[in-house]
Parts: sequence; structure tokens; C-alpha cells
Amino acid sequence: MVAVSSMDVATSSEFVQLLTPEGQRLENPEYPLEITPEEVRALYRDLALVRRFDVEATALQRQGELGIWAQLLGQEAAQIGSGRALAPGDMVFPTYREHGVAWCRGIPPEKLLELFRGVNFGGWDPGRHNFSLYTIVIGAQTLHATGYAMGMQRDGAEDAVIVYFGDGASSEGDVNEAFIFAASYNAPVVFFLQNNQWAISVPEERQSRIPLFQRAHGFGFPGVRVDGNDVLACLAVTRKALQHAREGQGPFLIEAFTYRMGAHTTSDDPTRYRLASELETWKLRDPIERVKAYLSRGGFADSSFFDSVESEGDELAARVRAACLSMPEPKPIDIFDQPYAGGSPLVDEERATFEHYQAGFAEEGGR
Amino acid sequence: MAGVAIARALNMGLRKALEADSKVIIMGEDVGKLGGVFRVTDGLQKDFGEDRVMDTPLAESGIIGTAIGLAMRGYRPVCEIQFDGFVFPAYDQIVNQLAKLHYRSQGLVKMPVVVRIPFGGGIGAVEHHSESPEALFAHVAGLKVVACSNAADAYTMVQQAVASDDPVVFFEPKRRYWERAEFDANAPLADAVPLHAARVVRPGRDITVLTYGPMVKTALDAAKVAAEEGHELEVVDVRSLTPIDWDTICDSVRRTGRCVTVHEAQVFLGVGAELAARVTERCFYSLEAPVLRVGGYATPYPPSRMEEHFLPDLDRVLEAVDRSLAY
Ligand SMILES: Cc1ncc(C[n+]2csc(CCOP(=O)(O)OP(=O)(O)O)c2C)c(N)n1
Ligand SMILES: [Mg+2]
Repeated sequence: MVAVSSMDVATSSEFVQLLTPEGQRLENPEYPLEITPEEVRALYRDLALVRRFDVEATALQRQGELGIWAQLLGQEAAQIGSGRALAPGDMVFPTYREHGVAWCRGIPPEKLLELFRGVNFGGWDPGRHNFSLYTIVIGAQTLHATGYAMGMQRDGAEDAVIVYFGDGASSEGDVNEAFIFAASYNAPVVFFLQNNQWAISVPEERQSRIPLFQRAHGFGFPGVRVDGNDVLACLAVTRKALQHAREGQGPFLIEAFTYRMGAHTTSDDPTRYRLASELETWKLRDPIERVKAYLSRGGFADSSFFDSVESEGDELAARVRAACLSMPEPKPIDIFDQPYAGGSPLVDEERATFEHYQAGFAEEGGR
Repeated sequence: MAGVAIARALNMGLRKALEADSKVIIMGEDVGKLGGVFRVTDGLQKDFGEDRVMDTPLAESGIIGTAIGLAMRGYRPVCEIQFDGFVFPAYDQIVNQLAKLHYRSQGLVKMPVVVRIPFGGGIGAVEHHSESPEALFAHVAGLKVVACSNAADAYTMVQQAVASDDPVVFFEPKRRYWERAEFDANAPLADAVPLHAARVVRPGRDITVLTYGPMVKTALDAAKVAAEEGHELEVVDVRSLTPIDWDTICDSVRRTGRCVTVHEAQVFLGVGAELAARVTERCFYSLEAPVLRVGGYATPYPPSRMEEHFLPDLDRVLEAVDRSLAY
């Protein structure tokens, strides 16, 4: 499979790794990380809970409770590592798969289900959580992130922006324009590219002939490839990139080299386009197992810790399920809510017609 | 149910087009190995190779822009846009380049490019997957815009679109992709009704219903119910939105004296507005009632749990029919 060959590049020196798949701690002088066992346990908890949530959401979709679900399976470390590097004032621009980052921003997971159930387009307040709405149009949010960062810069704020996008997205014009604007204005924005090897059925090789992080160089800012399945490396690298942005040194591209272990979404069937053996290879690099190995081998956590995280996960899943099942249905008339900040006579007129139509219908008792 | 599904009929039509002319190529996101997210191009890459059925990088402006270049070089690209809401990164290439090159070159440069777009709602999708942007293309001079509604038309129309020397934006009714119909796949293409022709799909004397794409089925369902109530609806599948076959349409309206237009796109400035205006101009003395329009509202397409109230259904069509008949 071609997708595996590009991985060889990743295992070269250009791949920042602080925790091997076997759970061995490595040092990297460029990305030093001091971290206590307690902090690693907290990261483990994040990883495990987010995965448990994802599994539950997938099950809810299978049972017809969600229209669709975009799984994050396999990308937990990239999202938790980068998400935990953020300061409260930093602003996040996600795609549709950043459930782990949403978790780090304090968004209740059940809130994420509203969009996938189809009751709204994102039920959280972006300003309150500093977490923008999910963006489904590939790549569009990279420009919004850049503009937001330009605003922070004008305001003299000491915050930064992080924007998530995929290997597929890297081909869109918007993403390349975002790179240019960010570089041109030296905007405090971190481009966090999760290279999960696939854009639905299209392998990364179709999008790029060079490792994606190297693109940054041509646009005039630094880029680095990190082991996206290593939560410690993702944390350290993202911290440094955000610091770089905050200090006025401009944009930074992080390519988190990872793998989409699940289907693209619950509507997709990956057996049509990729080999099962590829998944098996990546399972050996599972983002959670290595943290578990590190904690157990170092004597930093025992089975009671892992058990307690597991039961916490089950509680979370039960809570999310209950919230999903009891989610209020939107009312039909809500269709007309909020297309304009200042209202619109056209919408008002149509709303009135709709109400009248529905009322007439109720009288008639339907056809 | 016997017959061939619309998605399959499109596949068969594309296969014929690929066989008929080695300059025909298919390009788009996931159209190769996967066969497209709706499987419309299923098996074509396997049979015609990666050179003719190309998985492109994820960039719509890139797809249409390079298709234009390929067309300049003598190829006939058939581009798939994965969902209606994702055509807009390519809108500049379509509007400013694809549509105008023939005019700008005083007829020297032909643009035989097809842009296939699954459109419309009703599939419970997340946002940007249920849009009906046809008016945004029908408004652009230089483009042909068509919409198929059934498997037989899908099969012939897609071949006619590929054969057209002008660019065609080809709308496919995604929620009807699995509706089946029987047709003769060996009938000569030359015998098919022309791409721009409208068609009476159900004759009736009382009122003309003008529609296209996914709403044709809704209109036909409404006609059945109306018939039980003693009203005969004549359902016309407009098929081509640019140009529009006024002869077929006006002939129908002159006979029935009444007209209702139906589409999923919002009523305000939609294709129905043009239909209503021209029908009024041309059939004024035959009309017993103003032309009424049924369609979506002047809001963004709503979250899927509300879509059934946004989309015109049988009742909304019949309500307009009743209002028209009451004049
Ligand atoms: C502009 C646009 N084109 C096409 C799509 C359909 N689509 C949704 S996800 C996807 C692949 C995205 O791949 P990538 O950027 O690698 O992100 P991943 O899904 O792998 O996280 C495509 C083609 C879209 N949402 N937006
Ligand atoms: Mg990807």
C-alpha cells in the first residue's frame, strides 16, 4: 500500500516523538517536556474518556439516534495533546472531527451530538468556549482562523489561534490562501494538520508529493512533523508553536502524523479502498496503549486507576446516551429563527404564511 | 421492484460515454476506487483505468479549472462535485471561465465540460449536503443547466450532456438515486428527446404542475391523490432549466388554464419565478388564476430534524392546487 511508504519518512529524524509505541519516554532537546505522573494520568483519562464517548456516539448512530457520526478513533492523542496545550484565551477553529479538542475546551460531549442528530448546526456558544462551530466545508475555517488571529494581533492580545484541518484539506485553495495571509501579516495562528492518511478514499499521496509539514517552508514559516499518536509529543510541540505565535513570531504548521482507524464517517465503507493490514499496523501504534504502558511500567498507575477511568467512561457514555435520547425535538417554526441579525420582512412574511398553513392543516386534521 | 436505479442508470450512461469517445474523462473526489460516495461511478476506474477515471486532490476550483484546460486541449471532462454545497469553491471557475470562454473567444474555444452535482434534501444529512443551488447556475449565461428525475432520463441525459459542446451543469436528485424504472438501454441516443426538451410525465386537464428533479415524484404522488378528489393534474418535468422548453410548457398551460410551479429551492427568486413570469407573459389570456409557486423558504436549509417542514411535500403541492382551482 502506498500510504505506508510515506510513513517511512515519518520515522526519520523529522518525526518528533516523546513516547514510543512501547511506552518508552524519549527526550527531544528542541521540544523539552517536564511532566508529572499525575499530569500523564490526567492525559490518559482524557484519551480514554474521549474514545469511550466516540464509541458511544458511533453506537447511537447505528441505532438510528444520530444521522451520521464522524469518528475520531485513532486521533485521540493529536487532539488531546494539542487541546491541552491551549491557554484559556486561545481560540480554536475545528473541522467536524475535533471531539477531543472540544472536550478540552469544556464543551459537554452531548452538545456535539446535537449537530449530528440534526437538531441544530452546533449547540455551543463559540465565544464562551473559545471554540468555533464545526466547519464542514473543507478548509474554509483556516481563513477564519487567520482573520481571527489578525484581530488578536491588532488588539495587542497575548493569545493565539489554533486551526485544525486534514491532509485532504491541504489541497484546497482556502488553506493555501490562509498560509499566505498568515505569513504575510505574521498572524499568531497555529495550523494543526491531522494527517490521518486518508481523505475519505483518497490517500495522502494524491494531495502531496512531499511531507505536508514541509509546505510551510515555501510559505515562509516553520513546519514540523510530530508523531500524532504520541500525546506527549503533540502537547510539547503545540505548546512551543503557540508560544512562537504569542511571541509575535508568526504562524506555525504542525503536521500530526496519525491514522483514521475508523471509517470516514458512519456512512463510509473503508473496505472498498484500503487494506485491513494497514489498520493492523497502526493498531500497534495506538495512542492510548502507549500511555497505559508508560504509566504501568513506571509504576505511576495501577489497575485500580485504569479501572476507575473505565467506569468513569461507562458513566459518561450512559449520560451521553440519556442526553441524546431525551434531546428536545426542534419545532418546525424554528426554521425561521435567526437568518438575520436585524430581522427580515421576507422571512417574517414567510413565517406568517407557514403558521397559517400549519394551523389550517391542524384544523383539517391532515389529508 | 424491477428496473434500474437512477444512480445505476447514470453509471451506465457514463460508461457508454466513456466507450463512445476516448476523450471523455471522469474527474472528482472519491470517484475512482470508491466509485463516488453515491456509487455513481462504481467500477468505471477498474474498467477504464486511472487515466480516464481520476481521483483528484480535494479542491473543487482545481477540478473545474483543470477540466477547463483539459477541454481546451480537446478532452471532454465529466466532473463530479461530491455534494451541492461543495460546488462553491469552484463557482468562480464555472461562472467567470467555463461559462464565458466560448463567448470571449468568439466561438473559437469550446467547453464540453459536464459538472455533475447531486442536489436537494430529504436524506437527513448535516449542513451543506441538501442544497438546491440550481438558480445560481441557471442565472449564468453560457451554461446549460439540467436536472434529471428518473432513471430513463438519467441514462440518456447524461450522455447528451457529455456530447454537448457547451458546458452543462447536471443536477442529480440525490434522494431519488435509488428509485427504479425500466428503460431500453439499447435505444439509439439520436432518437431520445433533446436535452433541452420538457416532458409531460402525466397528462391532465385541470391544472399544469411544472417541476423538475426530486420534486417530479412528489408532484406525481400529488396528482394521484388529486385524481381521487376529481382533479386531473398535468405534471410537466421541465428537465432543462437553461434553456427552458417554453413550447411544451405553454402548450400545457393553454390547455389547463392554471399553473403551479414546484421546486425544493427557495421560492424567492427561484426557477419558479422565471417560469411564472414567462407563463404569465405568454399565456395571459388562457390563465384562470395567477401562477402559484411552491418551494423552500427564504432561510438557509435547516437542520435535518426540521427538513420535512422545509421541503415541499404532497400536501403543500395540493394546497397550492386547491388555491389555484379556487380562483
Ligand atoms: C469543500 C468540500 N468538498 C468536499 C467535501 C466532502 N468531504 C467531506 S470530508 C472529505 C475528506 C476530508 O479529508 P481530510 O481533509 O483529510 O479530513 P479527514 O476527514 O480525513 O479528517 C470530503 C471530500 C466537503 N465537506 N467540503
Ligand atoms: Mg484525512
